[in-house]
Amino acid sequence: MAKTAHGESGPGYSRLGLVSTLLPAALFFFFLSCWAAIQRGEVVGIDFPWMPSLDLALSFRLDGLSLLFALIVTGIGTFVSLYSSAYLAGHHHSGRFFFFLHAFMLSMLGLVTADNLLLLFLCWEGTTVFSYLLIGFDHESAVARENARQGLLVTSAGGLALLLGILLLKIAGASWTISDWLHGEQLLREHPLYPFIFAAILLGAMTKSAQFPFHFWLPNAMSAPTPISAFLHAATMVKAGIYLLMRCHPLLGGTFSWTFTLVAVGGVTALWGAVQALGPMDLKRVLAYTTMMALGILTMFLGGQSTETLTAAVTFLMVHALYKAALFLAIGSIDHQTGTRQLDRLGGLGRSMPLTALAVAAAVLSMSGFPLFFGFIGKEIMYAGALAEELFPGFTATVALFANALMTAVAAILFFGPFTGSWIHTNETTPMRVVDPPWQMWLGPLLLGGLGILFGIIPEWVSSALIEPAVFSIHPGREEIRLVIFHGFNLPLLLSMFTLTIGAVVYLRRLVICRTIQTGIASLPLSAEMCYAGSLTWFLRNAEVVTNRIQNGSLHWYLLVIVATMTVAVSWPWLGSLKSVLLRPAGAIDPTATALALFIAAAIGVVVTAGKRLAAIGGLSGVGAGIALLFLLYGAPDIALTQLLVETLTIIFVSLVLLRLPPIVQARKRSNRRRAFDGLLALAAGLLLTSLLLGVVQAPLDRGLTDFFEANSFLQAHGRNIVNVILVDFRSLDTMGEIIVVVLAAWAAVTLLRKPKGP
Amino acid sequence: MESVILKTATRLMVGLILIFSFYLLLRGHHEPGGGFAAALVAGTAFALFVIAEGPAKVRTAIRLRPTTIAMLGLATAVAAGSAALLSGQSFLTGMWWGPGEELLIGTPLIFDIGVFLAVLGAILAVLLTLEDN
Repeated sequence: MAKTAHGESGPGYSRLGLVSTLLPAALFFFFLSCWAAIQRGEVVGIDFPWMPSLDLALSFRLDGLSLLFALIVTGIGTFVSLYSSAYLAGHHHSGRFFFFLHAFMLSMLGLVTADNLLLLFLCWEGTTVFSYLLIGFDHESAVARENARQGLLVTSAGGLALLLGILLLKIAGASWTISDWLHGEQLLREHPLYPFIFAAILLGAMTKSAQFPFHFWLPNAMSAPTPISAFLHAATMVKAGIYLLMRCHPLLGGTFSWTFTLVAVGGVTALWGAVQALGPMDLKRVLAYTTMMALGILTMFLGGQSTETLTAAVTFLMVHALYKAALFLAIGSIDHQTGTRQLDRLGGLGRSMPLTALAVAAAVLSMSGFPLFFGFIGKEIMYAGALAEELFPGFTATVALFANALMTAVAAILFFGPFTGSWIHTNETTPMRVVDPPWQMWLGPLLLGGLGILFGIIPEWVSSALIEPAVFSIHPGREEIRLVIFHGFNLPLLLSMFTLTIGAVVYLRRLVICRTIQTGIASLPLSAEMCYAGSLTWFLRNAEVVTNRIQNGSLHWYLLVIVATMTVAVSWPWLGSLKSVLLRPAGAIDPTATALALFIAAAIGVVVTAGKRLAAIGGLSGVGAGIALLFLLYGAPDIALTQLLVETLTIIFVSLVLLRLPPIVQARKRSNRRRAFDGLLALAAGLLLTSLLLGVVQAPLDRGLTDFFEANSFLQAHGRNIVNVILVDFRSLDTMGEIIVVVLAAWAAVTLLRKPKGP
Repeated sequence: MESVILKTATRLMVGLILIFSFYLLLRGHHEPGGGFAAALVAGTAFALFVIAEGPAKVRTAIRLRPTTIAMLGLATAVAAGSAALLSGQSFLTGMWWGPGEELLIGTPLIFDIGVFLAVLGAILAVLLTLEDN
């Protein structure tokens, strides 16, 4: 048995993983069964109202683009889940893993099939959350936690921007129903809010799809288990941004700012990713940078308008998904079987892991765009699309040429590095027999790599069935798109040959070039990641300063702030009517009530001047009892009873706590001026409340509710005590909420009060 | 607190206060009282018990954990509210059974018992934890 890279995973397979693979597989076949209908131009959809008042509907809709994405998500999801069942065999958290994996997949699936923009946003956030949990799956590693947090912060910041964009869309009068967009109003592009909408949505897409300068989280996200990386790079997460741009294309695309920004951002991302892919020794990191390059290319092509440019984007999306998933899974196998994925420690695996080698060979040939492979067609289409681009054909074609050439070199490194040459696994003391992984782990890469050949030889299968419907769900009008195995001798073919030549030269000179790139990157004064780290530190430091100032731990200060805020904020609008309230002639004075009021005032005097806590508590209970008597006097026995009981219990609780505190004298160190200020504030707050109550009493009393309850309490609810009938029958939902709050509060108090266990 | 007088008085008082609390709970629908007030009265009985005998004895006496009592209360209230769902009416609609207008058993009473248990459980939880320290 081969040694495993992850100490916690063992031989065999996870039964849960194998069974749960049925979910993506079943979904895949469901979407496959919709294929024929979609190809005929029909649209499959379901629609449930959810919160109509918020324009939020559970509406899902399958058109060509959604179908393409759904097939990629569920198809690759099936292989990823199958692969993980062996990769994570025996892992003690495998249940959690498969839950996260499938939840992640379902979020992505919801995202690409949502017809309601708010629903799309919810799923968008779902992918953010689940990718966070998956990147940080190895939660005992500080690096994994840090990387997961980085991904979460960057992508959720973009999510907020997207939400802003969605809200602005509504303000600008656009529909939140995505299917309205294709043939909808074209006025949005002239709307004054257009630049803001475009910027906000673009920001969401750029962070999600790791576009420069938000690209840095993607290479770090490889601390996720390798099958997750495969899923995240090939089918989900980063493709969400691309999907969003594709969806928004008919609504927002076509302006100069759209084309210019997307071409510039995508071009820079593609080149920067391609250049960085040459440097690292870690195979997964190499792949991460090639994904960045691919995302850049996709963004750049989405800047265009013509059918050719969009066809190039959609085709390359498929090409990339197939080879990237195969490569990630295969590299995971190498890591799993040998215990390393460092280029300089691997070699000669071709003979001992033939099936993996075959899969990688097929994938890298597609990646570098060799004739007869799907990647070749993708590249031909790409050059044709670049040349058909309206505004910047030269720039687009040049970027595509260089990025593709570097990809060819990287593809060669990916294959020749681990699989040829001699075994150079230097750190291993005992030689070990490396074999292919179990079938769950080689089947996926091999099939995905094989599809790259199949679609390369018979591209007609996908061109009319998948790519054409996808392109025309975001592009008005419909014409036939035919991909063929060979497009004839033309400029794209020349560029293709040129690409392979440059790639070969770069591969042969890779040592010099890699060293130059490494030293070049190391000497850069500023990187996007440094900006991220700097701003994070700045935020944390300032948050600490602010928190320490506001929450300084002094109860006195908290009460002061609360009472002062209430007094100022309420008296500001109330001052105008204060005069009429206070100058109202007093009615007849009730001697009993006056006596009670005097008693309460005296009790308050005791509380304020008491030298001992027990005396203060006694004064407080006097206040409570006096108020209960007032209630009784004015004919509210229920409230009086409750008030008296609450008062009794409160006194018991307060005594239990307060009598353990240090003597009151120590707390009296506050200066007289401070005490005078506190007293004045208390008086002001009391006066304010008194005047408010007087004002309330002056308004005519609406007896509608009282009459209703008096009339119906006994007839409908069989009770004569109206207060209780209201509590347990008429408004019992309120009571339900209140007892839940009471129980939760008690629970929280118990948790805070409980003695910590252990030392 | 070690006090023979308090302990002896408590032994008599706790039972009486609890009976009074039960009386308050049942009469609540027609006269002042009800689940919340009854729970407060029962809370004072247990507070007396705790002060006289200490929290450990109270915990043995009530058998269930306070939080369990509170959860039972919430469950009772939800169950009382759900009874209406079975006959197709909306949640928390009052349902009544009985021979005549003067002797009726209804879900509002069961709901009130739920309120009683939830509030009593909450009081007990905080009271006992405070005294544990």
